Amino acid sequence: MTGAETVTIRVRLFARYAELVGRAEAAVSVPLPATVGDVVRRLRDEIPAARALPERPLAAVNLRQVKLDARVKDGDEVALLPPIAGG
Amino acid sequence: MSYLTRSLISLDALLAEVAGPERGGTCAFLGTVRSGPEEQGVTAIEYSAYEEMVEAEFARLLADADARWPEARIAVRHRLGVIPAGEASIAIAAAAPHRADAFAACRFVIEEVKRRIPVWKKELRADGTETWVDPSGHPTAHPLTHD
Repeated sequence: MTGAETVTIRVRLFARYAELVGRAEAAVSVPLPATVGDVVRRLRDEIPAARALPERPLAAVNLRQVKLDARVKDGDEVALLPPIAGG
Repeated sequence: MSYLTRSLISLDALLAEVAGPERGGTCAFLGTVRSGPEEQGVTAIEYSAYEEMVEAEFARLLADADARWPEARIAVRHRLGVIPAGEASIAIAAAAPHRADAFAACRFVIEEVKRRIPVWKKELRADGTETWVDPSGHPTAHPLTHD
């Protein structure tokens, strides 16, 4: 048996969140099993500007809104969404 | 087909997509960039989106509408980029055999857009200031916390 598998998750930021962090995309490594909330925590730990993001943002995985306790897997795209303001 | 455009929205094109002799009621909704007293000199709104998710979510949203109003036909377009005050940012056309379903389906789509479609807007003013708009329509001055 090997230790916990670590995967790299692509994180995308939009609108105000992209401005706050100064980038629209990041990659974070998390050991599995991991949730979207773990990815957000890791992002905030690794990128100082990401601490300006809310601790519990609206999130999507692979183009679907999910709760922060949703599991992530290798190859997933996590998106952190500011409050939706379309129309 | 994309639900997004960066050009003027043609309501005529949407109406043509939903027209049919069996559908006797058509409801059209246009959302336009507002610049009233509350907006304090907004000249335009810059719309941005998580475009891939917008396409996927619109498909799911219209599938939900189809399940509720199977005889209706619905077309929708959301515009992105800088949209001057007075121009449409979103247009919806819903046609159904009878008007009640056309009105209901059209209303359903715009309300779901407000809730589900990942689009964001930044108000642009003549004095050069810019403000992100939060869902309640009020400007956001500080980092948001949702909890």
